[in-house]
Amino acid sequence: MIEQRVVAPEYLFNEAEREEQFITGSEAVREAIKRANVDMAISYPITPQSESMHLVGDIYAEGYIKEYFRGENEFAVMSSVAGAAMGGVRVFTATGGPGTLRAFEAFPTWAGARLPVVCAFMTRGINSPLSIQPDTLEMAYMLDTGIIMLHAENSQDLYDMILQAFMIAEKPDVHIPVGVFVDGFFITHTRDRVKIAPPDLKLPPYNPYSAPVPVMDMENPPIRQMRDPFVMKSNFISYAAHASWQQEILAAAERSRRHIAHYLGNLLEAENETAPVMIVASGTAVSQSREAIESARQEGLDVGLVKLKSLRPFPTEELKAMTANAKAVIVPEFNRVGWLAREVRAALEAKVKVVGGPRVFGGMTMPPDLILDEIRRCANE
Amino acid sequence: MSIKVIKPTAAFASLLPTEYLELVADGPYASPKTINDLGTFKEIIAEHPHCAGCGVALGVRLTVASLPAPADTLIVGTAGCSFFGLAQAALNYSCSAFGNQNAVASGLKRMLKIRYPDTDKDVVVLVGDGGIADIGLDLTLHSWFRREKIATIMVDNEVYGNTGGQESGMTQEGQVLNMAPKGKNFAKIPVFELARVSGCVYGARVTVASPKKIGRVVRKAILLAREVGPTYVQIYTPCPTNFKFPPQQTINIAKKAEEGYYSFQEFISDDAQAYWEKNFASSTM
Repeated sequence: MIEQRVVAPEYLFNEAEREEQFITGSEAVREAIKRANVDMAISYPITPQSESMHLVGDIYAEGYIKEYFRGENEFAVMSSVAGAAMGGVRVFTATGGPGTLRAFEAFPTWAGARLPVVCAFMTRGINSPLSIQPDTLEMAYMLDTGIIMLHAENSQDLYDMILQAFMIAEKPDVHIPVGVFVDGFFITHTRDRVKIAPPDLKLPPYNPYSAPVPVMDMENPPIRQMRDPFVMKSNFISYAAHASWQQEILAAAERSRRHIAHYLGNLLEAENETAPVMIVASGTAVSQSREAIESARQEGLDVGLVKLKSLRPFPTEELKAMTANAKAVIVPEFNRVGWLAREVRAALEAKVKVVGGPRVFGGMTMPPDLILDEIRRCANE
Repeated sequence: MSIKVIKPTAAFASLLPTEYLELVADGPYASPKTINDLGTFKEIIAEHPHCAGCGVALGVRLTVASLPAPADTLIVGTAGCSFFGLAQAALNYSCSAFGNQNAVASGLKRMLKIRYPDTDKDVVVLVGDGGIADIGLDLTLHSWFRREKIATIMVDNEVYGNTGGQESGMTQEGQVLNMAPKGKNFAKIPVFELARVSGCVYGARVTVASPKKIGRVVRKAILLAREVGPTYVQIYTPCPTNFKFPPQQTINIAKKAEEGYYSFQEFISDDAQAYWEKNFASSTM
């Protein structure tokens, strides 16, 4: 283990001289966690996530993390992570696909308990017949769990977003979980150039008393995560208590906007945003779109790109602004249901034509030609 | 614990229920209490929502009054009748999803050990039979296999009480209940025996008819869990509402069970026995 010193997050993210390495997405997770000053990580195998948590286990063995173990299933892991976070420490775990769904009940309880857990989701197919291949369908289900959702386009994003996620999650006015989503295999299992900070630097430790709810350490009793009236009483006070608490979780996510903007630059990135045809995408669909746009420009077509980095909270106003001149918006996705197209349609309120697709799923890569076809169609209408 | 008990804001104190204020003022923080002290401190809000004659409420009260270090004890519960009482007790108490209590407790205990290496923070799981024997059985067993230093306590009323009287894995064979309209067709799940072979260093099976026994075994289970390994206590807590007996009969029903199929049982590993003799042999409890 390399002796590390604590530096300001802004220094680690923006100022420290970075070294470029040619590494896999899983290795990018290891490099992020190595610098994240994590107290505990808990693992459970599922393809394509497993390797990242092997590597996190390796750095635990080297001394970078205080505690690590393999749990018995994803529901148990997410519950143990919750227990650790209630105890007032910084925790990390990762899962994907069926693991996300096995653990699903835990995610709203994380948000409801104001736990600043950071979890990486390496997405994959979840339907029967069984598939382990890339697919972002699980993100559709995660949209309304109350957690903040960031979507990485590449390994660089994955490395940066994991580190930034801890800082966003732990802000006292936020203090809800952050999920960093990444398209399994496409990122986790391929090598890419990633610029990383020196290994002797790490984030400041988590301050348990930054929590807006009492820490479960018996230093300030009587506390409890929930009191009886929330649960069973059929009266107005109980309804009001539960309703206001749910609103507070949503408000916490809203308050995260400025912190996301501070650390990530913005909730989205745009280029050539005055173009009449815009592509709006997240994850690796952004990279495929970049290739299609390159071809389109060679054909003389004017097309722009919006890369969504934060899906919860959703950058509605920013997206409206970036598509103000568009006559058509194309939303390519790696899933069958088109959850991102639904989000974009809702945000743009029918003021612009939204093309839901192309969509590929079941593990297929997205030929840029499919996106190019849509660009040509929209440009010629 | 630093006795930094959360104080109600003075301006709002008059708005809080008297019972809650009493819980803050007279909770069992200052010194350890025993079963013999019941009635001299505020362990639970009297207006708790349990039914008249509830065995679970009694089991919770007796357990809470048996903690060796209430000021540094954290209770992890789960949905069900057990948490009605716990949510009204003067303790750090958490409940998240149904059946995940031993997993939550695992993460909590390990992290408290790291944050407070020199203080014993006791993590106690206190849950009903459905939470442990059915929906949470895998997480319970795995916490024992991993030798998590947690005391697990089941208040066994042999039924899903909170959801309206359905069969649980701990229901006796033949018993007719909701979802078992022709009677349960398999035996009680042998959780006590599973505890013995799954890594628990100490186990005890008692009923609410024997409060002093509960006081002794709960304390022992928690003290052994601190240093030696996982422990398990199973308390029979009869349910008048779903088994249709008069509420004043709860203790008699428990007593009869203790003379029969719910006899007092205890096991202890050699390591735990040696540790106990070395450290607590002179203890009066």
